[in-house]
Amino acid sequence: MFRTKDGKEIFVVDGHTHFWDGSPENQSNVHGKQFIDCFYAYHTNLSPPEQLWEKARFEKYSEDDVYRDLFIDGPDDVAIIQSTYLKDFYKNGFSSIERSSTMASRHPERFIVNGSFDPRDGEKALEYIHYMKENFDIQGVKMYTAEWNGESKGWALNDPAAYKCFELCDKLGIKNIHVHKGPTIIPLSMDAFDVRDVDYAATDFQNLNWIIEHCGLPRLDDFCWIATQETNVYGGLAVAMPFIFSRPRYFGEMMAELLFWIGEDKILFGSDYAIWTPQWLVEQFWEYQIPEDIAKERGVQLTDEIKEKILGLNAAALYDIDVEAKKAQLSASPVQIAAE
Amino acid sequence: MFLEMHRDELELEIWQRLDLVTDPELDEPITDMGFVERVDVNTDSNLVEVEFRLPTYWCSPNFAFLMAFDIRHEIGKLSWVHKIKVTLNDHCFADRVNDGVNGGKDFIEVFSEYCNGDDLNSIRVKFLEKAFVRRQETVLLGLEASGFSGPRIVSMTLAQLDAIDFAGGEEEKQKPRYRELLLSQGLAKTSDDPAFVTWEGEQLTAAGLRDYLAQLRGVRINMEFNGALCRGLQSTRYKEVEIGEDGPTLIDFIQNRVPPRVSEARN
Repeated sequence: MFRTKDGKEIFVVDGHTHFWDGSPENQSNVHGKQFIDCFYAYHTNLSPPEQLWEKARFEKYSEDDVYRDLFIDGPDDVAIIQSTYLKDFYKNGFSSIERSSTMASRHPERFIVNGSFDPRDGEKALEYIHYMKENFDIQGVKMYTAEWNGESKGWALNDPAAYKCFELCDKLGIKNIHVHKGPTIIPLSMDAFDVRDVDYAATDFQNLNWIIEHCGLPRLDDFCWIATQETNVYGGLAVAMPFIFSRPRYFGEMMAELLFWIGEDKILFGSDYAIWTPQWLVEQFWEYQIPEDIAKERGVQLTDEIKEKILGLNAAALYDIDVEAKKAQLSASPVQIAAE
Repeated sequence: MFLEMHRDELELEIWQRLDLVTDPELDEPITDMGFVERVDVNTDSNLVEVEFRLPTYWCSPNFAFLMAFDIRHEIGKLSWVHKIKVTLNDHCFADRVNDGVNGGKDFIEVFSEYCNGDDLNSIRVKFLEKAFVRRQETVLLGLEASGFSGPRIVSMTLAQLDAIDFAGGEEEKQKPRYRELLLSQGLAKTSDDPAFVTWEGEQLTAAGLRDYLAQLRGVRINMEFNGALCRGLQSTRYKEVEIGEDGPTLIDFIQNRVPPRVSEARN
């Protein structure tokens, strides 16, 4: 719960968080080292200085860290934990649904754990989707199209094998598909961050919600165009958020484009924890206004009402969270500060 | 002493050629971005060695290929250079980029191996268009800020644009770069041609100028996102945080600067 200076309580759903193990003990090869190093460079580059973490803590943080950073020091009411396996790079996976669910089981009212699958695994991917639904009753999945899998160095949402998986998700009621576009490596002739496959998949699977993380950046223009055509495409603000601190005017330009094109009901807050923590992001977001000239040009502004939607209400709608009931449930079990 | 001076001059020539190589996605010279880490000229054999490093291990390999080949191409224009060795460091595709660029095959041949026989031209054109848009937007906004009206801007000829002195700022830097693309792409041929057309060669209209500028802005927002990230990641790569009495600070980890390259990199 975020409390504004006037004492208003704002419901916060953190749409994009992780519980990873990127430690050297879990790395399988140089790629694993370089992957967490790259995340760490994002962290050190885009965080306010007082929010910086030492590398060892960043590589592997504890269940207590998550609880404190998100719910005690941080304003989150509910956090959506995403799964990113990277089995080619990490012995036990960068994250896993089992490890995340164990962590979440300490405070089940506060977490939604999403699964993940790799369509290139064929039949095994379909079996795995069944496994995740039966054992963890997942509502959503995180797709990472740049994941390596043997010879393959990336895939697209409209690959036939992916369509088989999405058909099954649709059938089982796994309706929220979070998509992270990363640099697809082969074929090299492909524009690595191309988001056009989202257009096909969203058109062909109207029952599924497609939440495109970091709003398709660096292909924001293509993404906005697709999202205006498709009613079931949403933009997640992970990675875009920290620009609020390092380049506030630029953040305003991004927000103006998003509000103008896709609108206030389809933008979701996400901290991308543990790359960034939600406390400073939400505080700064609540205080933020799009610079006058940019706001005027696009005829949009971040009002309190719009901020409330972005910070929690939009994600609550996607995940069937009854906000009033959830608030009552959480106030009955306030955050517990662990004895030091 | 003479030899030293001579070598400095040759190295300077190399750096000048490298200034012409851009990151296709950012439309910024790789030298400005700090990607080039070492230039060495062997005056006995006239061998030139260039090492470069991108902001992350995962930067798009197709652009890494393009930059490596562009480096070879630009330096190859110097008549005194007999042999060139280009090395990309610490990148997930480094071995293949280095084998490709130093193996003597031409770009298309090397590239087609990794693109199912496709070529890279469509990507090059796509990013050339983005570069055009970004340069053009900067010049257009510069003109607006200098008080030029929409009708004057859209009817401006190349000669008239040439005569404008922006006196500093990004618009002064981008004007010649915009002009160069306009001519090299055949979008303007003589100084009487319109200075501002779309990438498809259509004349701008005063009534459509605001909408057009909004489109251009969308493209710039993407490029700025990349530019800001790349510069930032470049500046923090191989740095770590130390938490002292005054709180966290970012420090260089020089000893561990270059991570060991192991055989898995080939997988």
